[in-house]
Amino acid sequence: MSRLRLVGRLAARDLRNRPGQAVLMLLAITAATATLTLGLVLHGVTSQPYQQTRAASRGPDEVAYLGSPPAAGLAPGSAAPAAGTKLVKQVRSQAAALARAPGVTASSGPYPLAGALVRAKGLTAGAEAEGRDGAPASVDQPRLTAGSWVRPGGVVLERTFAAGLGVGTGDRITLNGRPFTVTGIAVTAANPPYPNLCYYSGGGCRAGPPGNGSPRDIGLLWLTRPDALSLATPANPVTTYVVDLKLKDPAAADAFALRYDEGFGPPEMISWTGIAAADALLVQDEQQVLTPGAWLAALLAIASVAVLAGGRMTQRTRRVGLLKAVGGSPGLITATLMAENLVLALVAAAAGLVIGWPAAPLLTSPGAALVGTPGAPSLTVPIAGLVLAVALAVALAATTVPAVRAARGSTVGALADAPRPPRRRPRLLALSRRLPVPLLLGLRLVARRPRRALLGAANVAITMAGVVAVLTFHATAGQRVNGGGSGLSDPVYNRDEQVLLVLTVTLLALAALNAVVTAWTTMLDTRHPAALARALGATPRNVAAGLTAAQLLPAVPGALLGIPLGLGLFAAADHGGRLTVPPAWWLAVAVLATLAAVAGLAAIPARVGARRPAAEILQAETA
Amino acid sequence: MTEDALLSCRDLRKTYGKDAGLVRAVDGVDLDVAAGETVAIMGPSGCGKSTLLHLLGGLDRPSGGEVRLASRRVDQMSERALARLRQDAVGFVFQAFHLMDELTAVENVELPALLAGRPARAARRRATELMERVGLAERAGFLPTALSGGQRQRVAIARAVANEPAVVLADEPTGNLDSAATLEVLRLFESLHAAGQTLVIVTHDSRIAATADRMISMRDGTFIDETRLTGGTRGDLGALAGLEGWS
Repeated sequence: MSRLRLVGRLAARDLRNRPGQAVLMLLAITAATATLTLGLVLHGVTSQPYQQTRAASRGPDEVAYLGSPPAAGLAPGSAAPAAGTKLVKQVRSQAAALARAPGVTASSGPYPLAGALVRAKGLTAGAEAEGRDGAPASVDQPRLTAGSWVRPGGVVLERTFAAGLGVGTGDRITLNGRPFTVTGIAVTAANPPYPNLCYYSGGGCRAGPPGNGSPRDIGLLWLTRPDALSLATPANPVTTYVVDLKLKDPAAADAFALRYDEGFGPPEMISWTGIAAADALLVQDEQQVLTPGAWLAALLAIASVAVLAGGRMTQRTRRVGLLKAVGGSPGLITATLMAENLVLALVAAAAGLVIGWPAAPLLTSPGAALVGTPGAPSLTVPIAGLVLAVALAVALAATTVPAVRAARGSTVGALADAPRPPRRRPRLLALSRRLPVPLLLGLRLVARRPRRALLGAANVAITMAGVVAVLTFHATAGQRVNGGGSGLSDPVYNRDEQVLLVLTVTLLALAALNAVVTAWTTMLDTRHPAALARALGATPRNVAAGLTAAQLLPAVPGALLGIPLGLGLFAAADHGGRLTVPPAWWLAVAVLATLAAVAGLAAIPARVGARRPAAEILQAETA
Repeated sequence: MTEDALLSCRDLRKTYGKDAGLVRAVDGVDLDVAAGETVAIMGPSGCGKSTLLHLLGGLDRPSGGEVRLASRRVDQMSERALARLRQDAVGFVFQAFHLMDELTAVENVELPALLAGRPARAARRRATELMERVGLAERAGFLPTALSGGQRQRVAIARAVANEPAVVLADEPTGNLDSAATLEVLRLFESLHAAGQTLVIVTHDSRIAATADRMISMRDGTFIDETRLTGGTRGDLGALAGLEGWS
């Protein structure tokens, strides 16, 4: 027990003696744990707003799309698709059959679905126009958030679609060239919101509305039945009707839908669980971005902590020697050094949870498609345990090697504060002889501490991977919009962009911290050779440039490696979706900017170190 | 200041701290060293010898006074000019050798030439030649950790003269050596002296000082005595000073 107390007391004193380093380490781990907490607590946060919206809009348990499949989609031997009066009769018959189906307690519809090309405020977008009655429906009555319900010549826009178009109540829009007034804005639990809505036509999600080639990226609007039917043309007839059903057992909605999906053709059923999942895409996308981002941040935190721990060890060599000289065992020394970092990791994990958990609602707004708020996401024991485990693993991974090395090192050497013997890399030394003085010094510094150079390269590679993933996101999203999208602002894209911005800033801040700390540690570790080089004729500028070059040399392969890593990261986060490689010039600018940042950040400690008189350092080393 | 002095200083001062904590490490020192002369500066530890040497070589800046090397004001030079001075005109030998542990002996010796921008091949040729001159040709590829103290100091001396400096400043060059190694180093300084190399040696070892042309005693940052030794290192003073094997 007294041994434990001694370890605790020594660790506490050391932390108190070097608060700056302790704070830096705390910040590095906290950034990673907060990001990880955010990523983990986002699970299931949209379920509550969807349920609230479902309740407020009399949301259906099942949405059935009735009508004829297109000719191309017919099974061999099937009858020709129905049209006109024949189709209406067929749909009514199917709707009546559905309303009487076992387990169905209420229904509304059938409502005609027409394809429309919407023009508003200079924007053009495809839309699914649903013909409705003026009277409220018993099932799926969209909940107005502004204005009033449909009337002749007036349309109600789904809220995310209206936001994308930038229109509000009272604005004028055109549908297939015909003018309409926006009378209201509403939300619904019967359809996924823009841009995840599928245009149902001819019994499936196969083609877009007229003038809009893609069946995706379209919006939803409601208007009166006559107005909806008036949008149809011989080239674009109304072929689909929608019926909303309430079931006795909403939990059995999937099984109900499955019975119909097993047969070919209409009605095509979509259960409320599928719509809820589509509604959750906004937050799921965030999670897909946040989770790999959190792991990147954790990797950077490991690099930060490893460099900081190494730097702390460099500065505490003499203290370790003193502890050993008075009888401290290697075990006690390892325990003391690790205890400090484990305590910091524990505090950082707690801070990460405290910051990440309440911050989650800022990112978990369900979007304009739903009403209600998600409330605070649940912080479960497994999540807290995982965050804590990651923080402790970061501290352990980063401090084990230097702590064991310090404990096993020579006591006499430690008492003399002798620097760790440098590595000798004959090939690098031979190569450096032919280089200009700054590169000669830089390459030799790299050769002295190859592990630190590897850490520096890893730091840049991880940061660059994050940056490339962001660039790939922009390139891919841009390609999607340009390649057939509506041109409207995409709420999922916008949200992802916000999350990526937060992540990028976190990653860049961590990477900048790493770069400065690595350069600082290198500067401390190379005080003697740098002073000697100056005594032998190197200028302070040579020495500072050498130290900067020592950071830049491993940064170059790190930055290049970050490109494929970033593309891979995006592909993994996008679950194998289509990927557009950013233009070469984007990547070139990113690489050059990263290297410039590394050089700029390394120059600060390099200049500070070069200012100290060489004689003072050499004399201190002699003493 | 005598006109034929290669290295000189006037009223040279270096202080640390202020008020009650003021320390005068070097306090109004005047010195002239002629070309080819060997000057030994003696004194107890902490008397300011090493600081004086650092000021003379431009490794540190004085608080007052002036330093001239080949008529050029060293104390007013920019850092870049001082670096050039250390490349071309001044060579340092330190008590702790200060060799780079990861470099072999010959790589240590060629380093000043590389830092001065000389071609790698020429730097290596000169370093190899110097390794032969200091009698360590067969140890050229050894790391400093594989060399004895005397051998390390001989490597350090070879490094100090790699760029053929006007003056070599040696700070307690035998302070970490035993008698046999001291003898090796003394022989080397003798050969440098014979070749006309200007040397300023700081030491608290009277046996080393006795081999110089001139011996200056220093205490509390000032010169308190000066003795001209007519025989210098070319006479039998080494033997008289009690160094075995000196001839």
